[in-house]
Amino acid sequence: MDFTFTDDQLTFREAVSRFLMTEAAPEMLREIWETDSGRSPELRKNIAEQGLTALSVPEDCGGLGMDDVAWALMTQELGYYAIPDSLADAAYVAAGLITALPAGTASREEWLARIAEGSIRIAVGHPVNPLVADANPANLLLLADGDAVHAVPREQVDVEANPSIDLSRRLARVRWTPATATLIADGESGRALWAQTLNRGVLSAAGQLLGLAQRMLDLSVDYVAQRKQFGKPIGSFQAVKHHLADVATKIEFAKPVLYRAAYALAHGEAGADARVSHAKLACGEAAWLAARHGIQVHGAMGYTWEVDLQMFMKRAWALDAAWGDRGFHKARVADAILVEGAALGPGHTFEE
Amino acid sequence: MDLAYTPRQKAFREEVRAWLAANLPREPLASYDTREGFEQHREWERKLFDARLSMVIWPEALGGRGCDLIEWLIFEEEYYGAGAPMRVNQNGQLLLGPTLIEFGTEEQKARFLPRMASSEDMWAQGWSEPNAGSDMAAITSKAILSADGTHYVVNGQKTWSTRASFADWLFGLFRSDPGSSRHHGLSYLAVPLDAPGVTIRPIQALNGKQAFAEIFFDDVKVPVENRIGDEGQGWHVAMATAGFERGLLLRSPARFQYTARRLVELYKANREVADRDPSIRDAVIEAWTGTEAYALSAYHTVGRLAKGARIGAEASTNKIFWSELDLKMHETAMRILGPFAELTGDAPEAREAARWLDGFLFAQAGPIYAGTNEIQRNIIAERMLGLPK
Ligand SMILES: Cc1cc2nc3c(=O)[nH]c(=O)nc-3n(C[C@H](O)[C@H](O)[C@H](O)COP(=O)(O)OP(=O)(O)OC[C@H]3O[C@@H](n4cnc5c(N)ncnc54)[C@H](O)[C@@H]3O)c2cc1C
Repeated sequence: MDFTFTDDQLTFREAVSRFLMTEAAPEMLREIWETDSGRSPELRKNIAEQGLTALSVPEDCGGLGMDDVAWALMTQELGYYAIPDSLADAAYVAAGLITALPAGTASREEWLARIAEGSIRIAVGHPVNPLVADANPANLLLLADGDAVHAVPREQVDVEANPSIDLSRRLARVRWTPATATLIADGESGRALWAQTLNRGVLSAAGQLLGLAQRMLDLSVDYVAQRKQFGKPIGSFQAVKHHLADVATKIEFAKPVLYRAAYALAHGEAGADARVSHAKLACGEAAWLAARHGIQVHGAMGYTWEVDLQMFMKRAWALDAAWGDRGFHKARVADAILVEGAALGPGHTFEE
Repeated sequence: MDLAYTPRQKAFREEVRAWLAANLPREPLASYDTREGFEQHREWERKLFDARLSMVIWPEALGGRGCDLIEWLIFEEEYYGAGAPMRVNQNGQLLLGPTLIEFGTEEQKARFLPRMASSEDMWAQGWSEPNAGSDMAAITSKAILSADGTHYVVNGQKTWSTRASFADWLFGLFRSDPGSSRHHGLSYLAVPLDAPGVTIRPIQALNGKQAFAEIFFDDVKVPVENRIGDEGQGWHVAMATAGFERGLLLRSPARFQYTARRLVELYKANREVADRDPSIRDAVIEAWTGTEAYALSAYHTVGRLAKGARIGAEASTNKIFWSELDLKMHETAMRILGPFAELTGDAPEAREAARWLDGFLFAQAGPIYAGTNEIQRNIIAERMLGLPK
């Protein structure tokens, strides 16, 4: 029993953080926001050069074969820097789905190799999300027709942009017609793939929300230490302190929930759905509180376009309902704990 | 990360489970806030001790079993999962105990710890004074060293001392340098409560019982061998105790997970009534998510401790989290029980309501004792986030 990360995992996280600190600075985010596509080929290229697109791809397809636990760390960094790229959708969520296909299905090996080298953008149209993120710049879309999974080239779908308040999110309504040529799984196996994909998408959003919460807390701590009123830093006022202490507490108790969920996914545990939904709820609440208290302690500055806080708040507001809103996730938790014979209480945190 | 228990850990769980199944009291013990219940709990503690289960994390030589913290969490899960009695001597065992292990002399450890583990000695805490609550550094009770250096002479008053009406010993802070102020010049002493000059006046708590007491010291002689840590270093020693208290030991997750399980059962049995207020279902779900989060955090912390980390100011997030969670769970139970919630154990129709009521009353104190939650928020802001004083 060891519920901690290895030194290697922590070093990896450090490295990702250092990389994104320079590659995804807030000024850069703002520049990319202004572009039509909202995406930077340059950034994607750098990310690929770091090997970050290859994390989940199996080793025999040119990847690093890392599991969901590594992504629990990685996605926090993606959230912390609010990167304007749907990296996790392709490199984690789509890679997971494609890896789970039987060898030789469609272009499985080619797609995986291209994910690893960063030369393909894949959008995931899971039915839980009414709109598809990054459908427009995608090369390939994974789309649902009931239980069936289709891998549809971008040219074969119609895409209508639905702008989000978070300019880094590029959402679209996708219209398409299922065809046998694009079918990659259906029936029981399609259903299972979509279920796993849902959990990965949720975990990815949860990790990003937690990273966003930490970023907003850090920005707020910096701000209140430097802004003075009544002759002293506003961070010395107790009401301000308590706002931020509450955010720190929420974050502290969301982290291990995220890690437990990642482990449950990586090990295919039967109770993974509830663990993953719990993570989404905990991380979403931390992020929303960090936004609410963050803007409050920034005063009017927090309400401006100019101050960076807005970029992180908007991402947090958006992601909270991505991959299932709170009602969806509460229902999944309720299903698990209210069912007859549920394994609850002391001694069931790790064993069912 | 490896979330499987080892065969040894599993065997330990089985052993504890089997022992509890065979030895749990058939009838619930009386409240430990009464003399009768206190003594019943002392007997129960003795039984645990004889099975070497009272202080599993202490070394064997001190009456423990040398378990690591994971095994301790397992013990707690089995203990609370079985609905076993509350631990009457935990202020001694969980707060003073670790302090003695860190700061005590060998002689003190041998003298105090085994008798503490067996609950032959029951301990009360003596920090608060009428004018020193949250501001503990304002204490004025004095302990002046005698001219021959053999003993302290203690004068002053402590208050809110949990179950001191029934306890045998008190540990706490006294001002040993009369010219000192605030955190300086304090010494940490162990005082026998039957010493001449000690007067104990019970204070009735919200539940009508003598849950705590005020203690008056009138020229009480305390041997110098009863000082824990160096003269004048009491604050430093006491802060270590406060750390243990807010941190892991005092409130292991299992106790709250047990409450959450009972709450889910209560909700399921009363769904028709409860679901008229949709926020109740939410609160029941949060009982599970909250207690799981707390348990996960404990396992994460224990794992980090095993790798050499130390618990810092984040211990204060624990205190806020468990106390607010416990309160919320009991509030939810009261809302489900509706018109029955107010019934005491004497009411023929109270059924399980009385137990929830007891818990509800005690949960009111959680955000107050062990350093109020406002004080914890100050600590988090200043020491964890580095905000200015
Ligand atoms: C059930 C129970 C058991 C207890 N057992 C013991 C025991 O065994 N031994 C012992 O020594 N003590 C014990 N206590 C006492 C406990 O430690 C004190 O109640 C606690 O430290 C608060 O002190 P106070 O009651 O004087 O409240 P005060 O310090 O007067 O506080 C009143 C209110 O003011 C707030 N406040 C005070 N200072 C600040 C500040 N700087 N910033 C923001 N808010 C502030 C507090 O948070 C609180 O809300 C117990 C208390 C309870 C309820």
